Amino acid sequence: MNGFGASVRTAFDLIANADAALVRTVLLSLSVSGSACLVAAAFGLTLGAWLAVARFPGHRLAVLGVNTLLALPSVVVGLVVYLLLSRSGPLGSWGILFTPSAMVMAQTILVLPVIVALTRQLVADSLRDGGDQLRSMGAGPMRCALLMLLHDRWAVLMVLIAAFGRAIAEVGAVMVVGGNIDGVTRVMTTAIALETSKGDLPLAMALGIVLLLVVGAVNLLLSLAQRGQGSALAGVR
Amino acid sequence: MSTAEPGPVLSLRQVSVRFGTVQALHQVTLDVHRGDFIALVGANGSGKTTLLRALHGMLAHQGSRLLADRGALQAMVYQRPFMLRLTLANNMRLALWLAGVPRATWPQRMESALRRVGLLDLLERPARALSAGQQQRLALARAWVIGPSVLFLDEPTASLDPSAKKEVEALLAGFSADGMTLVMSTHNLGQAKRMASRVIYLEQGQIHVDLPTDRFFGESLEGPASLFVRGEMAWKLD
Repeated sequence: MNGFGASVRTAFDLIANADAALVRTVLLSLSVSGSACLVAAAFGLTLGAWLAVARFPGHRLAVLGVNTLLALPSVVVGLVVYLLLSRSGPLGSWGILFTPSAMVMAQTILVLPVIVALTRQLVADSLRDGGDQLRSMGAGPMRCALLMLLHDRWAVLMVLIAAFGRAIAEVGAVMVVGGNIDGVTRVMTTAIALETSKGDLPLAMALGIVLLLVVGAVNLLLSLAQRGQGSALAGVR
Repeated sequence: MSTAEPGPVLSLRQVSVRFGTVQALHQVTLDVHRGDFIALVGANGSGKTTLLRALHGMLAHQGSRLLADRGALQAMVYQRPFMLRLTLANNMRLALWLAGVPRATWPQRMESALRRVGLLDLLERPARALSAGQQQRLALARAWVIGPSVLFLDEPTASLDPSAKKEVEALLAGFSADGMTLVMSTHNLGQAKRMASRVIYLEQGQIHVDLPTDRFFGESLEGPASLFVRGEMAWKLD
């Protein structure tokens, strides 16, 4: 209990004092995970929408594969990206291993299946409701699917929040491809892992609380935006 | 009601549609003439909606579907219209965009369509905030705005209260009076009698009766159509 109380106190001290190292780590976490989500969204929303309407031999297998990748271990993603980016790897010439770019790449791969799978399900459900009517108005299958993304834009935002949560909370991939270099690739989760291994459990716990508060603040901002839109659509079914 | 002119605007020839083991339409041949207001009647599962979808070209089928004017637009209004979570104006713009209507004509078309259905004042309201009756009127405006040669209606008043039903019927009567060709499925024989110029009775995916409205309700029909009109379909045991 005392350890937990000390952790909470430490967390609020860190925030109140705006510790420079902490701010740098938080900002790097947000920028790496945010960038990964944006890149994954650009591909994932389109791919998910396409999977909802495409029919080809092996379609069911593809959907099953994407759904299975929801459980993709982050360390495995880290290892794959490490092998790709290591000096002897096929992308070794890029020279981005142990940089934030490599971390963005790894997290993009990690959250892509989340966005694809949830988007596919979302669009498929909406199409059951109104797809026929959109087709009767002249929309082709892919246009129907993309219109459903517009129709369900707040649900799409929730998908992206889920993906962001997955990215910012993972430690395995960024540890392997980032190397947890202080001031360069150290993010919240790798910092927590480091402090835990050093035995400074209160500080590790405090960093965990800060991480949750940061993610909570991001979600709060998004839900406020959603509520603002919601009140403009009062009574909308 | 308009007088039908010779020369069909749309024809089906020997059209059959099968969903798995169910034969939804069987060898249907039908001509839709300019200015027709056709009511499709029949029991649940008789093939009314399937026939509408086949006429609209939305179903894979055997047989042929012939259009007098291949460039002519068609539209369909459903029992429960699907509105995107956008404003009325944007739902209308979407219909115009999907139909490929020239953008320069959009404002004028939208204004006349929404004025016609009495929703012009609600242009910037979210479409899903409208009542069921208003949404159905919006669906009619969304269909009418593209200037369709044929308008298909799938039980357009089935889920509306009497007042909203009356409003929608008045709009449909207006469309028909303007010469628009309408094909509507309905369970409401009174509505068919009041509005249609021609009534088609379907059973088990086949057209059993196809008569002008006055003859459909005036003649002594035979067989299942007679039972249906007399409201005795529910008592048929075999």
